Amino acid sequence: MIIENSPTLLEVRGLCASVNGTDILKGLNFTVKRGEVHAIMGPNGSGKSTFAKVLAGHTAYQVTGGEVLFEGKNLLEMAPELRARAGVFLAFQYPIEIPGVGNSQFLRLAYNTVQAERGKEELDPLEFDDLVREKMKLLEMSPEFLERSVNEGFSGGEKKRNEILQMALLEPSLAILDETDSGLDIDALRVVSQGVNHLANKDNAIVLVTHYQRLLNYIVPDFVHVMSAGRIIRTGGKELALELEERGYDWIEAEAEAAGAVA
Amino acid sequence: MSTSTAMVTEPGALDSLLAALALPPGSSAPTQPHWLKALRAQALERVSTLTLPSTHDEAWRFTPLAAFARQSFHPLRTPTTLQPDDIAHLHIAEATTRLVFVDGVHAPQLSSVKPDAALAVGTLAAMLSTHAATLQAHLGQQVAGHGAFFAALNTAFLQDAAVLVVPPDSSLGAPVHLLFISTQPEVASHPRLLLVVGAAAKATVIEDYVALIEGTNFTNAVAEVVVGANAQLEHVRLQRESKQGFHMASCAVSLAAASRYHSVNIALGGQISRLDLKVTQTFDGSECTLDGLALIDGEQLADTHTFIDHAKPHGTSRQLHKCIVGGTAHAVFNGQVMVRPGAQKTDSAQSSRNLLLSSRAQVDTQPQLEIFADDVKCTHGATVGQLDSDEVFYLQSRGLSERVARNLLTYAFGAEVINRIPVASLRQQLEQTVLEQTTGQP
Repeated sequence: MIIENSPTLLEVRGLCASVNGTDILKGLNFTVKRGEVHAIMGPNGSGKSTFAKVLAGHTAYQVTGGEVLFEGKNLLEMAPELRARAGVFLAFQYPIEIPGVGNSQFLRLAYNTVQAERGKEELDPLEFDDLVREKMKLLEMSPEFLERSVNEGFSGGEKKRNEILQMALLEPSLAILDETDSGLDIDALRVVSQGVNHLANKDNAIVLVTHYQRLLNYIVPDFVHVMSAGRIIRTGGKELALELEERGYDWIEAEAEAAGAVA
Repeated sequence: MSTSTAMVTEPGALDSLLAALALPPGSSAPTQPHWLKALRAQALERVSTLTLPSTHDEAWRFTPLAAFARQSFHPLRTPTTLQPDDIAHLHIAEATTRLVFVDGVHAPQLSSVKPDAALAVGTLAAMLSTHAATLQAHLGQQVAGHGAFFAALNTAFLQDAAVLVVPPDSSLGAPVHLLFISTQPEVASHPRLLLVVGAAAKATVIEDYVALIEGTNFTNAVAEVVVGANAQLEHVRLQRESKQGFHMASCAVSLAAASRYHSVNIALGGQISRLDLKVTQTFDGSECTLDGLALIDGEQLADTHTFIDHAKPHGTSRQLHKCIVGGTAHAVFNGQVMVRPGAQKTDSAQSSRNLLLSSRAQVDTQPQLEIFADDVKCTHGATVGQLDSDEVFYLQSRGLSERVARNLLTYAFGAEVINRIPVASLRQQLEQTVLEQTTGQP
């Protein structure tokens, strides 16, 4: 929701980043206020996922220019775990499987770490079990997923639910969902979207990185941004997504190029 | 320094061990039957013709014994008296039968052996009076010619042993805990174990070596295991000696027709530790599963040599060996699989997975397949690597510090093997140990 005079949560100015010497982000500007839902769309290779990972602090990417302020603080100076504790959350496109680490143990460790940072109460295993089971209902997840190793042997849909479960537990102020809709069937998409909608409120913000308009039928964005060649080249309302669905990305890239040529 | 002190030369390990052999047995030593005396005499002769293995020996190529050779050891002089409370933390809840040896000497006050028709368990002396024929048939037979020097040394010293005989068609309701405790530095002990599982019997045995001190003791263990036709044995071997200590062990297993043997070997302690594990499928259709984990750091060296001998057709073997190596520690794995002529339809798979936690940690892993039959399925694979940076990042992105993330992943790597231990309380105890060792805090 767009709220008048809502404080800025994330401010990205002229962000440049590369991986293995190849420039991916080339002067990206992006502003998010509390309460808003943003969608970042764009063709493959436009840098959407890189942007998501750079915000979360993935060390494989080198930031070569620009700045990122999160709640007014320099996000780029913070280690990934400090970003997470400060309220940045990335739902992975490909959640990692960790054989040998119990999901329940992992979720509680993450939850308690973030709680401690916020000066809130940590939970013992029994208390945590009550909490996590409650949150799992929201995502229609069976409690058996607590007993298994983190994401090990989970289907694509189960992994995505597990990501949103972590979001529900960690209550981030900025949630970045990277291609959360990929690999989901229509029922799973509905459940995951309901979960995300349930978690959205006036104090947090959600950034959806997606290739397809489909997800946006379920999680309705306030803004739709089009990325191309490492920059945002167009920003519009939710209707822009429908237009992209119908016409593809070529026309918008051509228009941006023409505008660039004129300028 | 005075001149006289400088002239004193400490006897090395070999001299000090052999000197102990020359000592007359204590007056309390029980009289041994003729065959046992002969067995020991043969072993003594063998020891006197052998020398301490060196890195020129193929089987010891990666395991220099210089630090061991410099030490001097002596036999136990004053036995340590432990109270049951002293070892309460070592108890395994599920195990109702516990046989305890302290520095190589049986400790009845710490042991708990309940009369059970499905099990005969006791010391060598006690079992000689009831199971003489079984002992004579098996003692010293499995390790003959195997493990060479250290196994022969153990046999030469053979005074006492833990003996466990499960009669045919019996099924043990609870695991048996064989606990070998070291309490004194510089003491050499030679624990001996004989497990005989009768036809169609079932048992779970935990062989547990633990030090209550940090010191340079020497444990030289030999276990002989005989699994009868259609029998099933779960064998957990836990080596948690002092990190300054020395642990040499041979375990030889013989599998009869259609028997099943599963072992989990965990090596945590020892400045130098070595396990020679040999499993022979002596009849058709037996199965063995060997799981191993060495978790070492500092300057430790842990060497695991396994030899699976598919001597007969339709045998199956599965092996997973993992090493987690930190500091400047060095892990060695040599996994030999032999498929003898005629051992058709053998199905064997071996996997060696190694995790290096520091740039100076070292692993030498060597699969060794020797196949002399044509209709067999044998696979092997080995990996040596560091933690996956994507996994570390995933955990960090959930708020865990890089250190905690790395510790958790390291722990998980080891947990895969620990989870295969068929005794729940031991699993939990070890998970805690691994967690403490990998995180440096409880």
